[in-house]
Amino acid sequence: MTFSEIKAHLGRFRVGIAGAGGLGSNCAAALARCGVGTLVIADFDIIEENNLNRQYYFTNQVGKLKTEALKENISRINPDVAVINYQINLDNHNIVQIFSGCDVIVEAFDRAEMKQMLIETVQLEMGGIPLVAASGLAGWGRTEMIRCRKIDDTLYICGDESSEVSEELPPMAPRVGIVANMQANIVVEILMQKR
Amino acid sequence: MKIILNNREEEFEEGILSISKMLELKKFSFRMRIIKINDILIARDKYDSTFIHDGDKVQMLYLMSGG
Repeated sequence: MTFSEIKAHLGRFRVGIAGAGGLGSNCAAALARCGVGTLVIADFDIIEENNLNRQYYFTNQVGKLKTEALKENISRINPDVAVINYQINLDNHNIVQIFSGCDVIVEAFDRAEMKQMLIETVQLEMGGIPLVAASGLAGWGRTEMIRCRKIDDTLYICGDESSEVSEELPPMAPRVGIVANMQANIVVEILMQKR
Repeated sequence: MKIILNNREEEFEEGILSISKMLELKKFSFRMRIIKINDILIARDKYDSTFIHDGDKVQMLYLMSGG
């Protein structure tokens, strides 16, 4: 399959991204470059200077809403991608509304409790929509520990499932980027199998 | 009973176990986790009242902060 054929195929689909931090912004950029048709992006946060160590934003975007800045960056990468933004703190009620109609959902949160809430909500209330989650990406090195596990047809998990961020083990661009791009890679794989 | 826990066979003396009891027996310390039994996700507030039976496929994954 040529890249234009791949892009035309991916252009028909809609992907939800829950969180526009290190995982979400990098995953969205990769999916935009591949030509995914629509990205539904939800985040409540604004960009801070210390986000620039791993998130897909630029110095002149500090202080802006992440959703707005990401939409701008995606349009500079691939103006054909439709971006639907929600400046909202996601919870178990609005997740279902915001991401219904998506072909795949990417879990791109920071805090473990939020990851758990999103995975439970999508899996229990949005029957059948595949979810690509991330767990364990703190620090540097240990590339060989990062993996993707297919739990079943509706749940995938990327990361080492063991490194938790802390003062001494911060999230950094290489490992966060690896995991975000692994998530994007699984999304592409799922969409390429769809008719 | 024998179950498949994360693709590995595990044997328990008990014939039936609640999820909470299984976590206790395996000495899995408290962490954020997701558990699926036979591909069905079990909400975290149902770990005491959901039971694992012989032959069940149990999948567990840990959620670590960072993103």
